[in-house]
Formats: sequence, structure tokens, C-alpha cells
Amino acid sequence: MSRHTHAKRIEGLDRNLWVVFAGMTSNPSIVSLAQGKPDIPPPSYVKEALAKAAAVDDLNQYTRGFGHPRLVKALSQVYGKVCGRQIDPFKEILVTVGAYGSLFNSMQGLVDEGDEVIIMEPYFDCYLPMVKMAGAKPVLIPLRVKSGKKPITSADWFLDPEELSSKFNSKTKAIILNTPNNPTGKVFTREELQTIADLCIKHDTLCISDEVYEWLVYKGRQHVKIATLPGMWERTITVSSGGKIFCATGWKIGWSIGPEHLIKHLQTITQNSTFMCATPLQEAMAESLLHNFELMDQPECFFTSFAEELKTKRDRLAAVLQEVGMTPIIPEGGFFMLVDVSSLNQDLSHTGDDGEAYDWKFVRWMIKEKKLASIPITNFVGDESKKMFEKYIRFCFFRKDSTLDAALDIFKNWNQS
Amino acid sequence: MNITRQVLNCCKVIYPSSFFNSRGRFCTSQSTRMSRHTNSKRIEGLNKNVWVVFTAMTSDPSIVNLGQGKPDIPPPSYVKEALAKAASVDDLNQYTRGFGHPLLVKALSQVYGKVCGRQIDPFKEILVTVGGYGSLFSTIQGLVDEGDEVIIIEPFFDCYLPMVKMAGAKPVLIPLRVKSGKKTLTGADWFLDPNELASKFSSKTKAIILNTPNNPIGKVFTREELQMIADLCIKHDTLCISDEVYEWLVYKGHQHIKIATLPGMWDRTITIGSGGKTFSVTGWKLGWSIGPEHLIKHLQTVMQNSLYTCPTPLQEALAQGLLHNFDLMGQPECYFSSLSVELEVKRDRLAAVLQEVGMTPIIPEGGYFMLVDVTSLNQDLSHMADNDEAYDWKFVRWMIKEKKLAAIPVTAFVGDESKKQFEKYIRFCFIKQDSTLDAAEHILKNWGQI
Repeated sequence: MSRHTHAKRIEGLDRNLWVVFAGMTSNPSIVSLAQGKPDIPPPSYVKEALAKAAAVDDLNQYTRGFGHPRLVKALSQVYGKVCGRQIDPFKEILVTVGAYGSLFNSMQGLVDEGDEVIIMEPYFDCYLPMVKMAGAKPVLIPLRVKSGKKPITSADWFLDPEELSSKFNSKTKAIILNTPNNPTGKVFTREELQTIADLCIKHDTLCISDEVYEWLVYKGRQHVKIATLPGMWERTITVSSGGKIFCATGWKIGWSIGPEHLIKHLQTITQNSTFMCATPLQEAMAESLLHNFELMDQPECFFTSFAEELKTKRDRLAAVLQEVGMTPIIPEGGFFMLVDVSSLNQDLSHTGDDGEAYDWKFVRWMIKEKKLASIPITNFVGDESKKMFEKYIRFCFFRKDSTLDAALDIFKNWNQS
Repeated sequence: MNITRQVLNCCKVIYPSSFFNSRGRFCTSQSTRMSRHTNSKRIEGLNKNVWVVFTAMTSDPSIVNLGQGKPDIPPPSYVKEALAKAASVDDLNQYTRGFGHPLLVKALSQVYGKVCGRQIDPFKEILVTVGGYGSLFSTIQGLVDEGDEVIIIEPFFDCYLPMVKMAGAKPVLIPLRVKSGKKTLTGADWFLDPNELASKFSSKTKAIILNTPNNPIGKVFTREELQMIADLCIKHDTLCISDEVYEWLVYKGHQHIKIATLPGMWDRTITIGSGGKTFSVTGWKLGWSIGPEHLIKHLQTVMQNSLYTCPTPLQEALAQGLLHNFDLMGQPECYFSSLSVELEVKRDRLAAVLQEVGMTPIIPEGGYFMLVDVTSLNQDLSHMADNDEAYDWKFVRWMIKEKKLAAIPVTAFVGDESKKQFEKYIRFCFIKQDSTLDAAEHILKNWGQI
């Protein structure tokens, strides 16, 4: 069988952080603030909508390949309002298997071998392998901290405009933007987005904007859609996720929104890969969106109330981390928090593998000694940036109170155990 | 000089140079500048799709639609209830294991372990995918390289060809041929010519795609036929991608045989199944690939870098459905058997009516489609527009318009060279409730009058 090995397009793409991590945290006594998997239930009307759809015979059969009509119309309403423009539900929207599926379709549908794609570090880990699988070259640029400053909020991270400009060239097909950003929690400002937009327009580059955390923006901040900036609608694919919006990560319903001349190529990918997404889940997602569309701008709207709930958790976790002596970088959005652990001065030179980055050593040590799990950041950056980021670990605070209590107990007893 | 350059040069004469940006691209407006952002090369020419065209043709609800393979019979109630139940469990609405929900892969391991007579590792030898479609995609993307050849048997489920092309590989087609001189035809009368098949294998052949029971013909490949294919796969060290989504829908007198169970085949075969087809829930889009770890791991890599995981509540409910029937396997109440008993009645009913009208159905041995030869109707369609269009497309368009009855034209499932051979056939789907079949029967019985 030796001649039958993997196709070249997936060369080197078999290792995966999450599979390794699942192995490390399988012991149920470990309190995990690692993966972005909530232990909070979805709103009850969301679960009920799925149960209701399950009972309808026709909703268990094929629906429209590019998106269940009721769902794409609901998305057209919600995002039409948010963007202040008419969005054609059939030509400018594609429903995909999670936001992951939207990223995949965008890459496969638009990016060619030999193209370059700019990715900001730290990045959600799938961006890099997806670019490589398309035969393209990832061009990395790190978020930086103003020198002399120790970052304390995610707003302290910025892209150096000249450095960014130097990454664009005639081969640049696209730049991937993630705002609110995972893992830093940074919410890009209008000015920052304008800098990116100016470069996209100057170099005639596409923008793939991953906005799965778009509704999770905390007080004082506003989520701005780069697609709404002048000249950007025609060159932007905006990706989002029903799973993130409604605490139903297991539904895997996401969407891409953009101009017809780009969306149609993502549709071609769907037509030649999965054909369609599951009908009952799309119906239930449509119900849930419409329910909240009625309530938009009111406090009961889940898009808003959920952010309020998470902010409390964010603040609680941040306060305790500061007491322990770690330095949390307060996120402006999303449900992850970066924490600088260097001030703990934890000596780990005796542990593990010498070549391993400090954050991996710290995380392994913390799982073993403190029974608390978080994610090491260097997996979200390229080799050249590892030194810059190895003092950070990522906590997820999208957890029910009892889980956070357990985590906070571990922190409070940090110096005793 | 290439066509693009000719056009650009021509435009430069008409428009001043200021209309060109730094790359020499012609632009009169922002939107024209988008012209450089077109489809990636891998999907060149793959945008057309028979189902998209067909859905538009049959949108009128008064049309009796025996076209698409979409059941209008209800799924078993315990399957729907399992989904409703899963929806209410908080944890079942969150991420599960990427390569397949544990309860589901274990259930699949049990069912197929029994069917195949071997231990199947649920975590290393099974991948759950977005429908049978997703398994085909993961298999082709994970194993087939640019420049490889992949053998496809005509008529084929339409996605095989574009998927092979998208992987940069070359589809090598071989038609099923029909024994000449026979009056009543069944799926068994279609065969692969052994010499012709052998001639299609070369050192570049990466895989052959097998579909049994076959869509659209309904042929169930015999052990001998599978052995012939297996011998060639072993001789040429080729993989076999076996699409067995209709595996449970096999009619009396026939048996579904898994090519992976033939000697020397387990290590080179990916077998694909479908929950949607198994339980009449086509909208659930859950399928699976089963095979040896050294091949399945590459499909898992594709999954990890494309979709990451399939929906949890559907996987849980599907597992429940499989376990429920695993206990009943071999008994008449088992859905794996009872559905084919139910469908055989519908098959026979439709075939009888078609024969009365003067069409020639090819009685399927499996699956829920029936190929029908419409030549004997002598329907003159020369007046219809677009004389290049194959006869079956014209016939289907005419039948939808004049008779309000829809079927699928079979040349959508063959390559250009075989179109003449197949253009007298259309495909009917009979996984329809009685009232739909009644309506179809009414149209067919009044054929001469309307």
C-alpha cells in the first residue's frame, strides 16, 4: 500500500492542536478554560426551534443547496439592517458548515496556487493550513504592542501600518481579518480598518473578514464591518457563525456574505463538496434569528444580553488573575482572554523538551500541578513570532458560573499548592 | 497573442491610459477592477449543476415531481424523536469529536462490523462527513493528486466528475452497456465489458469509483462483477472508492455485496454510506467513510482543514436510529429491510404503469430510481428549440411542460462520448408517497389523451 499516501495538497497538514489538547485534558478533574466550547446552554427557544423542526417531515429532507430559503431571508434581514444595504438572500449569501466551512469555501473558491494571503498573528489556527491547502503562501504579520508599554487591554495591540504595507504585493490575493480577534480579543477600530481597506483597494486585494464574535463586543466598543467601508463591499467576504451567536457550537451553521461575483465561486465549492447544509438546523437557526431580529436594539435581544452576561464573567476572571500576579489583557470583544504569565516567574527550565516554547511548558505544568487548562498561544503564530508570544496563554471565560468558581478557587490557592 | 492581451490592447486604443491602474488593468469603475478576482483555477468550468437547473424547471407546485431523489414519505418516527430529544440536551448542542461523535462511530462500528464480519475501529477506521457527498469529497481531496486518473462508470452520480476535476485529476469514463436483443430489461442486463474495463487502467490510475446499488440504473453488482473489478485494482495497485449509499435498498432475489470484503480489498477501499438515505432523512446530511486507517487518516486530515466537525445533535440522533435497528438486524421490523419491502411495491407499481403507456422501464435491482427508455413512444420533439440538446433533455422539458410530470434526463450522468447511447433514457424516482404515485399514474394512464 505504500504508493497510496496522502494527496500533496494536505502535505504536513495532519497535526492539529485540538486533537493534542483533547488528549491532555481528558481527565475530568481538570478545570478547562481552554477550548471555546461553552458549558452554558443555548437559549431555550433555540433548542425548542430544533425540536420543532425535527417533527416536520419536509424539514428532514433536502433544502436549497446554497442555503435554506427561510434562513437566507432571515440573514438578509438581519445583516441588511446592520450593514444598511439590501442584501440579496440568494446571490449574496451562502450558508456553510460553520464559519470553518465559509473560510474553506472562500479559500478554495478564490485562492490559487502561488497566490499570497496575509494573515495577522496571532490567528485562529485553521487559517494557515487552509491557505496552504489551496497551494498559496501565507504571509504573516504580528500584532504588536506599543514599545515600553505592557499591554493591559486588547486595544494595546496594533498593526504597524508600514509593516502591513510592506506585506502587500502583486501576488497578494487576500488578507484575512478577524475582528473581534481570537485570541487577543481586539476589536479593530474604524481607523484601523480604514488602513487595511486603503491597502486592499490600492493593491486590488480581497478581504476575508472573520466576524464570528461580532455580537460579543463590550461596553465602549463598537463592531465595525470592513465591508461597509467605501470600496470594500465588492472585495470582501464577511464570515459569521450561528453556533457562536446562539451558544450552539455543535450546530455548525455559518454563512458568507458578499457581492455576487465573489459569492458565486463559494457556491460552486459547496455544489462540488457538500452540496447542502442540514435542513432542520437551518430552519431552527432562521427561527432564532427572526426571534431576535424583532428585538434588535432592545436589551432583551440575545445579541446584546449575551454580551452583558459575558462581560461580568470577563471582569470576574480578570480581577482574580490580577490578584494572583498574572497580567490579563482585557479583551474588548470575544470570549477569550490573553494572559501574560511572565510576572509569575515560574521556572520551567527543568521541564519538558528544551525546544518547546515557554507557553507550552507553562500550560503543561499548570494542567499537571494546578489541574487547570488553558491554551498556549504560540500555536497561533508562525515560527518567527514565537519568542514574542510565548509568555501568553489564553483562557476562555465562556463558562457557567460553577466552572468559573472552580477556576477562581484554583487561582486563589495558587501560592499554597 | 492571447485573447486577454488582444482585448486590452484594443481597449487602450479607445480609452486613454489614465483609465488603467498600476497593473495595466482596464478599469472604468470600481466594479470593473474586480475582473481580476475570478474563480480559482480548480473550479474552472464546474459552476453548472443539473440540480440547480432542474429545481428552477420544477418550481411549479402543480408538477408531479419524480425527478430529484427527495423522499416525500415520512422518516421513521423514532428517528425524528431522537433529534427532538437530542435538541433538548445542552451538551449535545456543543462541539463533539471532529472525526465523528463517539456514540455514532461506535454504532457504525457495530453495524458495519457485523455486516463485514470484521472488527472496525470506530476512531481510526471511520470518518463521519457531511452526507455521502462529503465522504466523496474528503476521499478525493485526501487521496487524489493532480495528474492522477480516476475511472468512473457511466452513468454516474453527477458529482463524481466535477470532484475528480477539482482535484486536478483526469476522469476516465467507461459506460455500462446493455445486452442487446432483450425485451424486458432489468438492472442486471447492464454490464461492464471486462476487456474494455481492463483497458482503462494505467499506471496513472489512482482509483476507480464504484456505485452499487447504482444510481441511476439500479444495478446491484454481483460478486463476480466485483471480483473482476477487484482483480484489476489489485493488479494495478489502485484504490476503490465504493459509494454504497443505497446498500440497504436491495430487492428480492438480490444481495448487496461490499467490495471491501473481497480478499485484498479492505486495504485499498473506502466504503461510503449515508444516514440520509438509510433513514429517509436526506436533509440531515450525515454520511460516513469506512476503511483502513492508513487511508482514512488522510480523509480525516481533509476534514480537520475544511469543516472540522459535523453537527452534534444530528449525529446523536443518527446513532440512536442505528442502535435501534442494530438490535433488529435480520428481522422484518428492521428498517434496513422494511424500507426495501415498502419500496419494492412502489417499484413494481410504477413499472407496470410505465409499461402500459408504452415506455420501457429497466427494473432496478436496488435503489429508488428507475431508468425508462422512451423511444417506443416515438415522441417527435424536433420542433423544440436548441437542436443540439440531447433527446432526453428535450423529452423531460416537454414532459414537464405538457404533462406536468418531472423526471431527470440521464445524459446529465454521462460524458459527451456516451450521450448518444443514453439519450433515450429518463430517470424516475419512486420513493414517493402513494398520493404522489397516484398522481403520476393518472398522468401516465391519460398520456394519449392529454
